Amino acid sequence: MIYLDNSATTRADEQVVTAMNKYFLECYGNPSSLHRMGLEAEKAMNKARKQVAGFLKVDEKTITFVSGGTEGNNLAIRSAINKNKRLGNKIITSAIEHPSVLEVFKSYENNGYDVFYIDVDKKGFLDLEQLEEALDDKTILVSIMKVNNEVGSIQNTREIAKIIKERSQYCIFHSDCVQAVGKVPVEPLSEGIDILTFSGHKIHGPKGIGAIYVRKDLALQPILFGGGQERGFRSGTENLPGVVGIGVAVEQLSQFQQQVDHLQALKSKAIELLKAELSGIHFNSDESEKYAPHVLNISIEDVKSEVLLHLLEKKEIFISSGSACTSKKNSQSHVLKSMNLSSKYIEGSLRISFSKYNTLEEIEYMVKMLKESVDNVRKFTRRR
Amino acid sequence: MEKVILVRYGEIALKGLNKSYFVDLLLRNIKAALKNLSGLKLEKIQGRFIVRLAPEEYDKAVAALQKVFGIVSISKAYVIENDFEEMKKLSLELMGDQVITEKTTFKVRSKRANKAFPIKSMDLNNKMGGYLLENNTNLSVDVKKPQIMFHIEVREKTYIYTDIISCLGGLPVGCSGKGVLMLSGGIDSPVAGYMMAKRGVEIVGVHFHSYPYTSDRAREKVIELARIMSSYTGPMKLYVVSFTDIQQEQLLKCNEKYTTLLMRRGMMKIAERIAYMEGAMSLVSGESLGQVASQTMESINATNNAVELPVFRPLIGMDKNEIIDIAQKIETFETSILPFEDCCTVFVPKHPETRPKLEKVLEEEAKADVGELIEEAIKNAEILRF
Repeated sequence: MIYLDNSATTRADEQVVTAMNKYFLECYGNPSSLHRMGLEAEKAMNKARKQVAGFLKVDEKTITFVSGGTEGNNLAIRSAINKNKRLGNKIITSAIEHPSVLEVFKSYENNGYDVFYIDVDKKGFLDLEQLEEALDDKTILVSIMKVNNEVGSIQNTREIAKIIKERSQYCIFHSDCVQAVGKVPVEPLSEGIDILTFSGHKIHGPKGIGAIYVRKDLALQPILFGGGQERGFRSGTENLPGVVGIGVAVEQLSQFQQQVDHLQALKSKAIELLKAELSGIHFNSDESEKYAPHVLNISIEDVKSEVLLHLLEKKEIFISSGSACTSKKNSQSHVLKSMNLSSKYIEGSLRISFSKYNTLEEIEYMVKMLKESVDNVRKFTRRR
Repeated sequence: MEKVILVRYGEIALKGLNKSYFVDLLLRNIKAALKNLSGLKLEKIQGRFIVRLAPEEYDKAVAALQKVFGIVSISKAYVIENDFEEMKKLSLELMGDQVITEKTTFKVRSKRANKAFPIKSMDLNNKMGGYLLENNTNLSVDVKKPQIMFHIEVREKTYIYTDIISCLGGLPVGCSGKGVLMLSGGIDSPVAGYMMAKRGVEIVGVHFHSYPYTSDRAREKVIELARIMSSYTGPMKLYVVSFTDIQQEQLLKCNEKYTTLLMRRGMMKIAERIAYMEGAMSLVSGESLGQVASQTMESINATNNAVELPVFRPLIGMDKNEIIDIAQKIETFETSILPFEDCCTVFVPKHPETRPKLEKVLEEEAKADVGELIEEAIKNAEILRF
């Protein structure tokens, strides 16, 4: 089995699972309990918070554990808007965000907010001039992802933060870093990111856990109310094994550069072989450092991506398609559409995403099987 | 006092000498629909069935009965002896001042099927109405549009109820023979199957897939659709047939413009063979005139020509929105719109022929050698039961 869909989710690290097990079976106390088991649980929570804060180089009081990227993005956007709603009504995001950001922004469209979506160019990069023009003194929030989940384009968050701060002193800058953490350097303080979201299962941690960093002086209000856990910002009994798991997963990123080099080598190899073996192939991302090292997005002419996905699946190779079913336009990738990719390329777009567990041999085999599958399908589609 | 469900049937009550056949079939279908509920007892009375169950099963039974074709309406009723004092006591339990605490209009409607009962229906209406007015100051009578209709049916026993729940009507499944439905996984075909089942047709499903070009999910989707449909059609068989080899042969050897039509002809031929195996006398398809290239009048002619059995197309004159409305009502819509490739979408010709000439279609069809492949496909079909 060759798993190349690591942007969707990753295999958990064994050390993560071992660490979590203890908190399922032995130290399963509720961190809010007053007895010793509660205290043990609380200590584990604190340790994980330290691990995450250390990795992001921030104060541990700025880290809140949530259920994952979706909740993190929802909490960030809603609470930021709530905080600033008296100062203005304009909110800005990009056209290629993950649905857990886009859909939240859409929900404000008919609620008296001026919602602005910044375009991207053909390569998937934000039009910074458009951002400059869109920013005004009514703008209260900008949310831009650091790494795109489909093509891997890295947005210049440092530059974006600078542009925002030059134009507005109170506009909050949120960045969805779910695909960035572990693949590109992420330092909210030095980059000027006010709120940052990331998720456990994209970095070999467990599903159902994520974390959100909120700049110390923002003092955001919660959107979930209850027992007042997480300093009142996110009520609900803490997912203790998950928290321990994300802590250990972050610890595993200490060999960051080594892992990134490995991902980059896999990607370069894949590009080299694909160029050599396949005709009628179009690259929607490349091996330059403008793109995250773990994602490669390609389009193949005269084939439907879902068909290729299933042919590879039959050979125990798992990848992702850039559009679900091409007979339904609305299921085509909004990211590729925003990049102005023609429909015929969107139909045949595939996302291959790597992790530390993949090898060069796997990449060679994948390309070989992909070529076989493409040839097979083209037998039927190129008979004009 | 006992609680039962009264079941009324419509169209079949008008049948002539063979009425008992329809009634017994409906009774069998009701039994099958309620077979998992405890304490089930069914009784036939004149023009009605009485359903008895363990008290906790009533709501489930009401939901299930609302999906059985041939039933016009049902009521949750209380059964008591034919005794006016008993009736008064029960009426207070249902409509007394403890129960109805806001201003409400009502009307009593009695039916005296049992002429041995001494009070005539008009008198019973008046007496019971008067009694209720005396005992609940919130009630007032409105004979035209009452908020509550208080029904009293005096038969071998007395049945009292206040609600009549409309059901689907139609004919009991099985009374109109069997039909083989081409179940694609789209929005239309489950609706077509539902509509034929409503006219009493027992449905056998056939689904074609193009594994490995299509996915396990597409297959799971159709299995789920068959499961939902079977709550209306009763026990249903589904043939899952691999169309890959036939499709590849046609794609390789025939003019691309005709491949969709030829594929449909191949599917019809297989469906007809299955119909003969199953003792079915018709095919059923979800085609709606002009909806897509393969559903123009010329294309329908070209595919129809592949088989001898009649092909029922209950959606032929419906707009997509009308079809979607029914799909939503029968709860197949959400499953149908799951976006997976199926064998009809995997290799879509760029410019399909919309006005095919039959001789040209036959000429193209002859180029592909699919006879044996069709035999193989039928032999290897997977049969699922719901």
